[in-house]
Amino acid sequence: MTETSEDRADALFHALSDRTRRDILRRVLAGEHSVSVLAAKYDMSFAAVQKHVAVLERAGLITKRRVGREALASGDVEAVRSVASMLDEFETVWRGRINRIDSLLAQGD
Amino acid sequence: MPVTGFTTDANTRTITITAHFAAPVERVWALYADPRQLEQVWGPPTFPATFVEHELTVGKRSAYYMTGPDGEKFGGWWRITAVDEPHGFEFDDGFADADGNDAPGMPVSHNAYRFSVDGDGTNAHYTSVYDSAEDLQKVLEMGVEEGATLAINQIDAYLAA
Repeated sequence: MTETSEDRADALFHALSDRTRRDILRRVLAGEHSVSVLAAKYDMSFAAVQKHVAVLERAGLITKRRVGREALASGDVEAVRSVASMLDEFETVWRGRINRIDSLLAQGD
Repeated sequence: MPVTGFTTDANTRTITITAHFAAPVERVWALYADPRQLEQVWGPPTFPATFVEHELTVGKRSAYYMTGPDGEKFGGWWRITAVDEPHGFEFDDGFADADGNDAPGMPVSHNAYRFSVDGDGTNAHYTSVYDSAEDLQKVLEMGVEEGATLAINQIDAYLAA
């Protein structure tokens, strides 16, 4: 079972479908943040923020490293770009094109 | 959803897309054969395409450009390599320079479009193959098309937000 671009798209869009996760991604793309500092920014439990960070990590959008007792998260700009370019170059262009063909065909001659 | 499948194969540098259209094969063919229809579907609304030359005949060169939101033009060309009306055609697709000539050293994709009857509709099968990993990488870096440029701009805007 290979991971298709669809799988990666699912993971990416799922990760970015949540407002808090988008906000976390913005912060960590600007610089490394500890998860506890991030957690203090939101009106939710540490565990909930940790879960959001994990979703972003699974989607390959951020990386985490541990320093002592702190988990430090930083955004992977290259990953954001590569996922985006893959999606947009192949999927979005093609899906857009095929949807336009479908619409044009539906208009009749 | 008209798109029924989308896969990429890094080893063969192939992109395969399948789609189903609720129109007969001849109608789908006519869309590709008519530059005025083709240009309505080739580029996204933000990068509309204009086909200056286009004829689905083996050996013919199509010339097109896409116009970006700031008015900048991105040129491209097709070279038709096989035609089997109305079941499909094959062509090479490359980048053009500002004068519309083939841009030297730029990646070229080899494309096969096939249309088969499926009831009252058409199953379309598209493949795009690049010659080398370097070409694919180059295309990935610069954007297969306008869409990528747009996407990168969107990402930049997103990062800047």
